[in-house]
Amino acid sequence: MSDPTSLPTGAPVTGAPVGPDLSELLRASARGDQAAFAQLYDATASRVHGLALRVVRDPAQAEEVTQEAYLEIWRTAARFDPSRGSALSWLLTLTHRKAVDRVRSAEAASRRDTTYHHQNQPVDHDVTAEQANASLEARRVRGALASLTAVQREAVELAYFGGYTHTEVATMLELPVGTAKTRIRDGLIRLRDAMGVGQ
Amino acid sequence: MNDVHALSGAYAVDALDDIERAQFERHLVECAECRGEVDSLRAGAAMLADISPVAPPPALRDRILAEVATVRPLPPQVVEVRPRRRRFPALVAAAAAVVALGAGGTLVATQPWSDEPSINISATEAVLRADDAERYVQKFDDGSKATVYRSKELGQAVLVTEGMADPGEGKVYELWLDHDGEMVAAGFMPKGPDNTVLLSGDAAAAEGVGITVEPEGGSDEPNLDTAVVFVFDA
Repeated sequence: MSDPTSLPTGAPVTGAPVGPDLSELLRASARGDQAAFAQLYDATASRVHGLALRVVRDPAQAEEVTQEAYLEIWRTAARFDPSRGSALSWLLTLTHRKAVDRVRSAEAASRRDTTYHHQNQPVDHDVTAEQANASLEARRVRGALASLTAVQREAVELAYFGGYTHTEVATMLELPVGTAKTRIRDGLIRLRDAMGVGQ
Repeated sequence: MNDVHALSGAYAVDALDDIERAQFERHLVECAECRGEVDSLRAGAAMLADISPVAPPPALRDRILAEVATVRPLPPQVVEVRPRRRRFPALVAAAAAVVALGAGGTLVATQPWSDEPSINISATEAVLRADDAERYVQKFDDGSKATVYRSKELGQAVLVTEGMADPGEGKVYELWLDHDGEMVAAGFMPKGPDNTVLLSGDAAAAEGVGITVEPEGGSDEPNLDTAVVFVFDA
């Protein structure tokens, strides 16, 4: 994975607190406003692409996922419901789903030749140790992640960044199935509360 | 909290397989609590993308902007306006005008959640989980929602409300079963916006459920001016 520290400071990476009103840009996009959509892209592309890359890992495929995600965002912008969360959250939820669909379908294709359990799947157990970029947001998120217990963090990271199902996570961590899903949920609740987002 | 709700976290981060996802999405339709939780957990998870931003190559921006120029954005989803009334002449005016019924008319056969069998379930839960449960949904302008479930086999009906407005000082929502045009009192809705109430009386033979606003203590005859009606499919 590329090293995010190489990003210049001030790149449109941490736009959330001071950036343009993403909801407004989404609404304008829904009306076919391409300039607004370009602005939306510039304000969010690093996070969208970073997430896609993190999940699918292969840069070429990550670009495809990013492209699919933005196309979907453009097509369905009118269906964004601000009462259910922020525009950024909507964008990233959609991106995550696309990325996960991509790794699952790739996995299904390769499973024809090799059984699942013998596949050598790289597991990234150490998200927080990744080279820090300078953004305050990233620091805040890492702080929030640190509030999770180690086992919660591990389960959340395998599910979110790894794109694994909770059943797969359970197998990888040698846990009963019910335990993995509980850890994922408990970890996400802690993360949410530490970030002060959502209801 | 039963097992279904516990899947909210895995669902929020796309960690369910296709079958589980479909099952959970069916559950979400019914469970406002889980919908809220999923939204909030997604908001939290989305912040994780802040950890690893990577600027995409500039050429990708050009490709994407060129592509969207050729694609028409979809219209917003519009709720179907199909008020349905019979016997009760008017729907609740003040509380809310009915703007939509459940998808595909009024009747949706629900699949009970089959994750694991449960042994001691309440009469209410028995109706909600019944194999023959019928579901009738009404959504109101103010965002509130009322759903009636009926199991003919069990002869009972349950009303589930979400976000219902207060009926007013000294007033109460009274529930009725419609037996051949005669309104038979079937209980009251407790105070509060979100309730699940088992209606008293034989729901198998009834033709519908009514909700009216009445003075506290209830009335002998329903106040038809304020009625919300669910008509059962025969």
